[in-house]
Amino acid sequence: MLPEPTLNTYLALSAVLFSIGTAGVFLRRNLITILLSIEVMLNAVNLTFVAVDRFLGTVDGQIIAFFVMTVAAAEAAVGLAIIIALFRHRQSLSPDAFTSLKW
Amino acid sequence: MDALFFWIFAAVTVVASLLVVGQRNPMYSVLLLIVSFAALSGLYVLLNAPFMAVVQIIIYAGAIMVLFLFVVMLLNVRSEEDGAETRRPFDFGPGPRKFGAVLALVLAVQLIWALRRIAEAPFAPAAANAAEQTSVTAIGLRLFREYAFAFEATSVLILVAMVGAVILARRDPHAPTRKDQ
Repeated sequence: MLPEPTLNTYLALSAVLFSIGTAGVFLRRNLITILLSIEVMLNAVNLTFVAVDRFLGTVDGQIIAFFVMTVAAAEAAVGLAIIIALFRHRQSLSPDAFTSLKW
Repeated sequence: MDALFFWIFAAVTVVASLLVVGQRNPMYSVLLLIVSFAALSGLYVLLNAPFMAVVQIIIYAGAIMVLFLFVVMLLNVRSEEDGAETRRPFDFGPGPRKFGAVLALVLAVQLIWALRRIAEAPFAPAAANAAEQTSVTAIGLRLFREYAFAFEATSVLILVAMVGAVILARRDPHAPTRKDQ
């Protein structure tokens, strides 16, 4: 039979998801996929909040996760607007195309 | 029964997220991320958080991902243009990116190692606090009493983000267009 999930299982799952998101930011060479990887990381953190919330029997973690979601929405809107503006300049989505600020 | 559902949802989330990162076409990445979010919302249901489950579907899968889909379709980029087509999937190419892969793996190992040091912490039985604690009412009361200021600040944040997005994505009326050149 499958082991019953405990708080530790949820935290481990969340750690794995966060690492996947980190790997995406490191490995991908496409601005949109990098933003998507950041969303994966934010969701891993949300899972931690809700799991600990369930463990403590409160609702504060869910409220914070809700705020994380609204911030993620704002971040996605601004990030995508920046991506559109960048694409208009260079006709490319590779982060290697945008090195004008590099010294 | 709950354990079975947990492992199914966890497997779907992890596999879908891995494919999001391993995928070359951003279109597939966005669609796979929606699958991952749906499984996550299933996990929220198992965690006695129906509000988070619904909000996850409505806001994340419904609003944010549709925004991503719009941009992916608008820009119409097929895949990464770094000669990656000649390589096998999951062969990440030279130098710094191999280093990045190693760093991500190290992070995963560190996190798991740190979490293994925590004592096993089973959840309290669901029936004990299901009646009064997990309801949407409790969240609403707390959100509009203790967190009222944060809530209002969030509305300002979203307004600023909205204005910023409009300004950033606007075409400059004085810039030379491609037709003039």
